[in-house]
Amino acid sequence: MKGWRPPAPFLLLLPAIVVLAAVVIVPLILSLYSSFTPFRLTQPASLYTFVGFRNYARILADREFWTAFGRTVLLLTVALNVEMLLGLGLAMLVEKATSGQRLLRTIMMFPMMFSPILVGFQFKFMFNDNIGLVNNALQSLGLTDQAIPWLIDGSLAFTAILVAEIWSSTSVFAILILAGLLAMPKEPIEAARVDGCTPWQTFRYVTWPFIMPFAYIAMTIRSLDVARAYDIVKIMTDGGPAKRTELIWTLVSRTAYADARMGLANAMAYVAILLSILFTVYFFRKLAAARTQIAAEW
Amino acid sequence: MNENTKARLNGLLLSAAHKIGLFLAMAVICLPGLWIVLASFRPTVEIMAKPPVWIPGDLSFDAYVAMFSGVGQGGIPVIEYFRNSLIVSVTSTAIALAIGMAGGYAFARFRFKVKSSIFLGLMLTRTVPGIALSLPLFFVYSKLGVIDTHFGLIMAYVALNVPFTIWLIDGFFRQVPKDLAEAAQIDGCTRWQAFWQVEFPLAGPGIASAGIFAFLTSWNEFALASQLTRSVNSKTLPVGLLDYTAEFTIDWRGMCALAVIMIIPALVLTFIVQKHLVSGLTSGAVKG
Repeated sequence: MKGWRPPAPFLLLLPAIVVLAAVVIVPLILSLYSSFTPFRLTQPASLYTFVGFRNYARILADREFWTAFGRTVLLLTVALNVEMLLGLGLAMLVEKATSGQRLLRTIMMFPMMFSPILVGFQFKFMFNDNIGLVNNALQSLGLTDQAIPWLIDGSLAFTAILVAEIWSSTSVFAILILAGLLAMPKEPIEAARVDGCTPWQTFRYVTWPFIMPFAYIAMTIRSLDVARAYDIVKIMTDGGPAKRTELIWTLVSRTAYADARMGLANAMAYVAILLSILFTVYFFRKLAAARTQIAAEW
Repeated sequence: MNENTKARLNGLLLSAAHKIGLFLAMAVICLPGLWIVLASFRPTVEIMAKPPVWIPGDLSFDAYVAMFSGVGQGGIPVIEYFRNSLIVSVTSTAIALAIGMAGGYAFARFRFKVKSSIFLGLMLTRTVPGIALSLPLFFVYSKLGVIDTHFGLIMAYVALNVPFTIWLIDGFFRQVPKDLAEAAQIDGCTRWQAFWQVEFPLAGPGIASAGIFAFLTSWNEFALASQLTRSVNSKTLPVGLLDYTAEFTIDWRGMCALAVIMIIPALVLTFIVQKHLVSGLTSGAVKG
């Protein structure tokens, strides 16, 4: 009697599935369960009281949570769009450069190697109201005689975080879009020019459709990792001043570790996870669509 | 003639604008990092000076000396943190690479049902925000008693790195023509031999860069490490950076010095991978 042999790809994928199940899936199931309990770290017994959707109901009615949620979505939307545009601009600048491309490309990757926590620290240092580079420069140039409270005023702090976020992630877009520009055949552009297209038309109808999949790859990679903004905010303002820069992730960590309300925090975390999944699935589908389009054209 | 000079002038202006734009962009990218490096060599008095001192007067390695002189003399246990970071990053990278090679090979060389859904599923495990994952992991780890150990952090980082490693390695195996391995098999290699003799060497550089990328992810990770580590037993450098911040005061110079220590390995490794990283990401995703 022959034993059943599992198919090869299944065997090859098994280790990955086992590890991910052990470290991600099972803990997440546990946290899903605990989001239905009033679990507090200080009272272990509270893990076994089932309260149904009370945590979720509380979140839904919680203004603070929705403010943080809205701010997170705002941050991501603004950051991703600006990163995309700046990355496109940067890639085109570098592509046009006639000499020193290799050096330019290396410099362009520079922010990528910075740990988000380092990015946060670096911008905290630069935006410091007293000794920061930004204020010092503004004051030395005589543009302002007062110290601008970058990280102390709510909306200024949000801007500072946005700047840090954009600085750290623009290079992902720039690098991948540059790869697209370099891989692009030159004939269509020349043909468009011969046919009398303006530079803008050439870009819009020839170059852009070609590099779009590359932009979506960058978007997908970025969306896998949107929560890295947590590290930046954690060190720059830690959600302050007076919770004006609280993002959904800092709120989760505060609720869980400072207030020790694990059950509630897990419920919030699930909303955060859904948000991330939404972003990723959206860009994956865009990527797949762009891919089939390109495959059809080639 | 007028037309000619006009066109030439236009061209010159455009190229000047291009150069200026490029220079400004590069300056914005480089400046924050350079400022940190500079600050790490300056005495605290100069960093705090009001009005600001723009031209550094006296540069020294004092911050580095203080940092490595151990706890008590204004130092933090940097050597321990560095060791922890290195152990955790290297081990988790090695494991993630082994798992990622198996998985990437499966995606690149086999056809099977629901392939794209499995791929998406793997990626989705990566999207779980570190801080959201840290809540249940913190609980499970403290039950298992692996909190504040290397093992716990390594497991977490392996899981963090596997999806992306699979994506990259899948891309690199796709670049190796299928015919080569088939030819080797016709010549009498087993599939296993064909893999190690033909496909692995060809995809080698790509796999190495996937490894470096995984290493950097572990090296830089903060959200999980900040909750799963407690003491010098397992604290990594990103968590150690917070040692310099007290309630109201921050040792800017010390932090800058530690930041430089953290960035150097990342800098060197990124230079090595840059070329392969991009080709791996795009070939997997564009050719589908």
